Amino acid sequence: MAARIAFDDVEVGTELPAQTFPVTRAALVRYAGASGDFNPIHWNERFARQVGLPDVIAHGMFTMAEAVRVVTDWTGDPGAVVEYGVRFTKPVVVPDDDAGTAVEVSAKVAAKLEDGLVRVDLLATCGGQKVLGMSRAVVRLA
Amino acid sequence: MPLDQSFVGRSYPPTAPYEVGREKIREFAEAVGDANPAYTDAEAAKALGHPDVIAPPTFPFVITYRAAGQVVADPELGLDYSRVVHGDQRFAYTRPVRAGDRLSVTVTIDSIKSLAGNDVLSVRGEVHDDSGEHVVTAYMTLVSRAPEGE
Repeated sequence: MAARIAFDDVEVGTELPAQTFPVTRAALVRYAGASGDFNPIHWNERFARQVGLPDVIAHGMFTMAEAVRVVTDWTGDPGAVVEYGVRFTKPVVVPDDDAGTAVEVSAKVAAKLEDGLVRVDLLATCGGQKVLGMSRAVVRLA
Repeated sequence: MPLDQSFVGRSYPPTAPYEVGREKIREFAEAVGDANPAYTDAEAAKALGHPDVIAPPTFPFVITYRAAGQVVADPELGLDYSRVVHGDQRFAYTRPVRAGDRLSVTVTIDSIKSLAGNDVLSVRGEVHDDSGEHVVTAYMTLVSRAPEGE
């Protein structure tokens, strides 16, 4: 593993570069195909409304995949991630237009652990609402 | 009706190996819009110390989700999948998944709880390669929402 960030160069509170990830209907269709999760709540508005959702929602795993990019773009080596977990607290509602919506992700070093490991806490929001809870990654730095 | 507690601790037989292909990793990385070269360029992955292209951190879910289908579809457990939502997800990695891996998943039910009328099922999928080495464990919580009016 070859993270480009050194353990000695970070401290608790160090912020990772924040990013905004667009989420469109087309992206969800593509993710459904790539992941094999064809639940119609992620592409069929009629079905989503029938089960009580306001509209089509993003796959939680899509949002989880986007959020960790803040960490992997920071370390350079995605293999530096030794643990990653989230709670799906609010759905990301994706309207049927070309703009879709966006998930904003910020992150900071929350703890320095042993063996070059740090814990990074992530904050993912959509329209000002938190969409992932307890979103944490443990990362091995250089 | 709450789920049967006797299912806690139950493991399902290891799944048939899933062979991880380079093009599948590329497809997945493109689907999440992630241009990290470690996912598509073997030389870039090698420069980071990996023997071949690696998969994004959430890729193992593609395999463990399929394996967890054994629990979801277990007629004896009787989970109503139309009411199931994904509560949380966590991965603990020994190493990243990489192209050429042949991965088998052993699924275990860790806990069954009833919270406010909802069934909350914690399921663990342990992923091993074909030499028996641990690659990643995926922990997922499935919440089966109580039917309205109960």
